[in-house]
Amino acid sequence: MVVSSDHPNPPATPQVKAMNCPGCGAALTLRSFTQAVTVVCQSCHSILDAQDPQLKILQQFQKTTGEDPPLIPLGTRGKLRGTAYEAVGFQRRTIHVDGIPYSWHEYVLFNPYKGFRYLTEYNGHWNDVSTLKALPTLNSFVGEVTVSYLGEKYRHFQTAEAATTYVLGEFPWQVRVGETNEVTDYVSPPRVLSSEKSGKEVSWSMGEYVSGRDVWKAFSLAGEPSQPIGVYENQPSPFSADTKQIWTIFAAFALLVIVMLIGFASFAGNEQVFQGDYAFDTNSRSEPSFVTDPFELKGRTSTLELSTHTSLDNNWIYLNYALVNQDTEKAYDFGREVSYYHGYDEDGSWTEGSRSDSVAIPSVPPGTYYLRVEPESDRGHGTIHYAITARRDVPQFSFFGIALLALLVPAALITWRSINFEHMRWAESDHAPMESRNDGDDDE
Amino acid sequence: MTQPAANCPNCGAPIVFRWSSSVQTVCTYCKSILVRTDVDLKKVGQVADLPPNGSPIQIGTEGVYNHHPFVAVGRIIYEYDQGTWNEWHVVMNNGSAWLSDAQDNYVFTFAAPGRKLPAQARVGQHYIWDNETYVVTTITTAHYRGVEGELPFQYWDKEDVVFVDLMSEHGKFATLDYSDESPALYLGESVEFDDLKLKNLRSFEGW
Repeated sequence: MVVSSDHPNPPATPQVKAMNCPGCGAALTLRSFTQAVTVVCQSCHSILDAQDPQLKILQQFQKTTGEDPPLIPLGTRGKLRGTAYEAVGFQRRTIHVDGIPYSWHEYVLFNPYKGFRYLTEYNGHWNDVSTLKALPTLNSFVGEVTVSYLGEKYRHFQTAEAATTYVLGEFPWQVRVGETNEVTDYVSPPRVLSSEKSGKEVSWSMGEYVSGRDVWKAFSLAGEPSQPIGVYENQPSPFSADTKQIWTIFAAFALLVIVMLIGFASFAGNEQVFQGDYAFDTNSRSEPSFVTDPFELKGRTSTLELSTHTSLDNNWIYLNYALVNQDTEKAYDFGREVSYYHGYDEDGSWTEGSRSDSVAIPSVPPGTYYLRVEPESDRGHGTIHYAITARRDVPQFSFFGIALLALLVPAALITWRSINFEHMRWAESDHAPMESRNDGDDDE
Repeated sequence: MTQPAANCPNCGAPIVFRWSSSVQTVCTYCKSILVRTDVDLKKVGQVADLPPNGSPIQIGTEGVYNHHPFVAVGRIIYEYDQGTWNEWHVVMNNGSAWLSDAQDNYVFTFAAPGRKLPAQARVGQHYIWDNETYVVTTITTAHYRGVEGELPFQYWDKEDVVFVDLMSEHGKFATLDYSDESPALYLGESVEFDDLKLKNLRSFEGW
């Protein structure tokens, strides 16, 4: 049934009301039809009863409020989450922390079907705010106060007395300049739950962090939004997703490296290809250099690990090695110094150096090789016995260690930046570490 | 749904009931408040002009709640210190319910008789009805400001009454209505405008 047919006087289509301020006579627009409770004159700032046809003055303009032009001019329409909203009201609220005032702005948005919604702005940080449809649960566990809402946990951030310090336009409540409410914020970035206490009654709202760019786009505002200053209480960390991601990547690579390492360790030949025992008489004047018997390196190009084990006792030996390919005459020259000292002093016994040394020669192709050895040491210290061992295809664990470390560095860096971001966030809260409060204020 | 027709005892205009169980209606022509008796309609009062109201709902607005279609047939407008709100009396195929519109916040409730109710309540108190825990969030003193259309009871010319609103952690909503000697309980939940799929709404200039 069509209602208007049996309705002789259908209610008129509500219209935006143009009126005059009883305080100063200036033109006044009522944009929220009859939903607003108070309206503030844009020219004389008197707070008027929007429910009263005569617009009774509730509070006279106080000069102390000064001018604070809204970034979204009242009357501007925009689109938030697919719904058109008009900016109808604007207020500044101020809290004091350690005697320093901090102010933020709240925009009252209106849609005649969906009602009121809010945008808040502090130092370039924006939040899209709506009232809660369910009650959050307060928890207190070992000193940490949290609230749960729809399965999500929010950590207490700050409780403060917020005073209304500037008003403009329409409000769905009795707004007064100078009125204070206890405001408590609980955060779970990018969301924040806020409770406002007035008398015994508590009202809850939820804010979601939005970028200034999105607000500018939603309301087609001219120019550019100002760059946000600092870290805001529910600003999502740009690193939290990265941190998770990089550790996932790290874990995957670490696993790969470990698998490769196990693979190399189990498939590596690690076969002894040469062993010889020698003595170096430091008293002798004869030429100490010699060449070893040739030995075969088979299979693929791989590492050759050369170990020197000595009988050194408070002495040193320097061995000039050359690994020479018998067929191509290609030589790998390298020198190894081995020294071992020990003794006893007031701190007890001490040792320095080692009797053994080991070196890996990478990428040695197969072939027949021999070693040319030229020992050196101080003269007149008797005979030094030493053994030379060569092992083919020895897994090099240090390579894997370096690979892991190379992966660990960016992961650790991003984690550090993430921790730093959270530190900056909480430094502004009631739960800040002591050194970040009272900056330049030592009178406590 | 029967639509018993009668005539206004005041002006003679035809009165059509959309809902057979309606107890009270308002003549759309002369604004007489009419109460149904066993035999005829009796004029009990006169509605002053309704205050300008921003509710997008009107008599005849249709919607869907929990897969049940409903139509708005009447309303009570209450006034309190923060303005006014509407209790729309909506009729469904399985009875009637209330769609409250307070500054475009919508709550759908059903009368819930037979529960144990407190004589008075304080903010923060807990009550359990139908296995749901409700917490008192607001206590509002309001008064009757106007009626329109059909209501399931007589409601006109009331003094200040107390409403106690309660919320649960799961979005459930309860109201204790202290307009009569014994309180009445309404249980329901907050609803999103879009979910109600409302049709035949008022239009707003420029929107």
